[in-house]
Amino acid sequence: MTEHYAPSRPTTEGRIYNLTGGDWDQFLDSDAMSEERLVLNMGPQHPSTHGVLRLVLELEGETVTDARVVVGYLHTGIEKNTEFRTWTQAVTFLTRADYLSPFFNETAYCLGVERLLGVEVPARAQLIRVLMMEINRLSSHWVWLATGGMELGALTAMTNGFRARERCLDIFEMITGLRMNHAYIRPGGIAQDLPDGYDEKIRHWIQEMRQELHGVDMLLRGQPIWVNRLKDVGWIGVEGCIALGITGPLLRAAGLPWDLRKTEPYLGYETFDFEVPTDDRGDCWSRFVVRVAEMWESLKIVEQVLDRLEPGPTMIDDPKIAWPAKLSLGPDGMGNSLEHVQHIMGASMESLIHHFKLVTEGFRVPPGQVYSAVESPRGELGAHIVSDGGTRPYRIHFREPSFINLQGTAAMSIGGMVADVIASVASIDPVMGGCDR
Amino acid sequence: MSGNELEQHGMFGVTQGGDTTGFDGLLREPWLPPAAERPYGGYFDELVDALQAAYPGFDAAVSAILVDRGELTLHVEREHLLGIAGALRNDPSLRFELCSSVSGVDYLGAARRLHAVYHLTSMTYRRRIRLEVAMSVEDPHVASVTQLYPTADWQERETYDMFGIIFDGHPALTRILMPDDWDGFPQRKDYPLGGIPVQYKGATIPPPDERRAYK
Repeated sequence: MTEHYAPSRPTTEGRIYNLTGGDWDQFLDSDAMSEERLVLNMGPQHPSTHGVLRLVLELEGETVTDARVVVGYLHTGIEKNTEFRTWTQAVTFLTRADYLSPFFNETAYCLGVERLLGVEVPARAQLIRVLMMEINRLSSHWVWLATGGMELGALTAMTNGFRARERCLDIFEMITGLRMNHAYIRPGGIAQDLPDGYDEKIRHWIQEMRQELHGVDMLLRGQPIWVNRLKDVGWIGVEGCIALGITGPLLRAAGLPWDLRKTEPYLGYETFDFEVPTDDRGDCWSRFVVRVAEMWESLKIVEQVLDRLEPGPTMIDDPKIAWPAKLSLGPDGMGNSLEHVQHIMGASMESLIHHFKLVTEGFRVPPGQVYSAVESPRGELGAHIVSDGGTRPYRIHFREPSFINLQGTAAMSIGGMVADVIASVASIDPVMGGCDR
Repeated sequence: MSGNELEQHGMFGVTQGGDTTGFDGLLREPWLPPAAERPYGGYFDELVDALQAAYPGFDAAVSAILVDRGELTLHVEREHLLGIAGALRNDPSLRFELCSSVSGVDYLGAARRLHAVYHLTSMTYRRRIRLEVAMSVEDPHVASVTQLYPTADWQERETYDMFGIIFDGHPALTRILMPDDWDGFPQRKDYPLGGIPVQYKGATIPPPDERRAYK
């Protein structure tokens, strides 16, 4: 055999060749391919693996005989970091975990802290949390459509998806001042009230989203390549989902209408009129159908929130917990309002002390532990929060649906084609920031 | 856990950094949720009755039943974990088919300081329960529940990775989030934040908890 450009080494299982892109032609012509056992490494830097996910596939021809998933490349120690911050500062870290659904991270955590504190936030803050989460569900699903479409070669799905997501981020920017990593939902309420003119802008956004969603139907639903790439690919049934802990759109696409907004309502979801879309095929196509239907349902919830919003406080009326700052827009961006600074610096010594203590030291949370779960775009997002009675969390663990759902990769891909692995992983919609935390 | 294992100094229970209150010398009583007494409330009574009927060794297996903030916690002795979890999953009156979460907590100072915490969900009855298994650092072994709940696979790997809890019977208990050759278990309370100094352009930046603000 001629000497290959690709390095090789003998092992107990035979000679192993390390190939990269340019070596293939030379290698395929040689006799080294007589043993049809090919281990293919994909990622962690690969355009089709949805971020820094690494897949190790064992192939026989084009058929996958074994699939292993390697994660951890985006581990940043968010859970550990929160133990060194106050309860309010922890939001700033947790919002960055699953960076495509920040409001769900914030809400799961804040609901847990509030249950530990034994407080309930004002009605307006609850409604605004619902509003932000449902807009976020759309923006997250748009990214799923965009990246999933790109990975399957449907580049118009990508441009359309990211365009629609930009509209969602515009709404976030208008309300929170930031497009990502908001830290907007805080223990006790939300950081600030909605700005002037929000109603008109969000209603206009709803119209835009309807158009975009119709565009998805026109572009993809009957498109033969899209249909063939998704139908009967990446199947997993209800039993498999529950055994592997898979929740969210994947479980609903397999046929079980399990949605925490309905089964364990929080933030008044039981009072909203919306459906839980399901499908019964359990394949990638079903997940597409379910997610698109969910986006329509989220729009319904957003409209209902807008109809119900009434003026009122957005932070709990408890000076021992409520963040003392008042934010306003100054010439150099969002910051503490001038009147508030004048008040605490010039008028009231007690206010200054109170502000200082609450901001530097934070508030105390009575000891205990809770598990609070919300339905994120990817499934059950649970926050296990332990307090030792101090001003900092003792332990926060996120039950991350991306992390759990990725365990289904092997079940979905083994026995299928290599190309279908891409469709399967895309249909799981993992976000590695959440998976690795 | 018993009496003074979780004792705390200072007014605000700040253990990780400087207590800005000036009350560092105060010694506070440790807090543990008081053992729950019947009726537990809600569905908890029915659930505990059903579990007692389904698992004969219940009294030996469960060392404490706690009800706090509307959540039921059973402290389970580790040799009974598989039995209790199996009964919870398989008994028709319990049906906890989903293992929502497996994680760990390190109660530094307690004799059996490492806790493996399991959150189980019954989709049939829409109930939740938390199981806690305590073990010491010297003997951090507990049976793996992967044979009952395959979803525990990665979650037990993460708990091993972060706390060093060894799940006996796990198919491949290796690190998952940290690099394979990592030294130590980062989420333990005696493991510093950052853990290793960061080098940047020749200068060394100490781990965050060794910087002034956190001392």
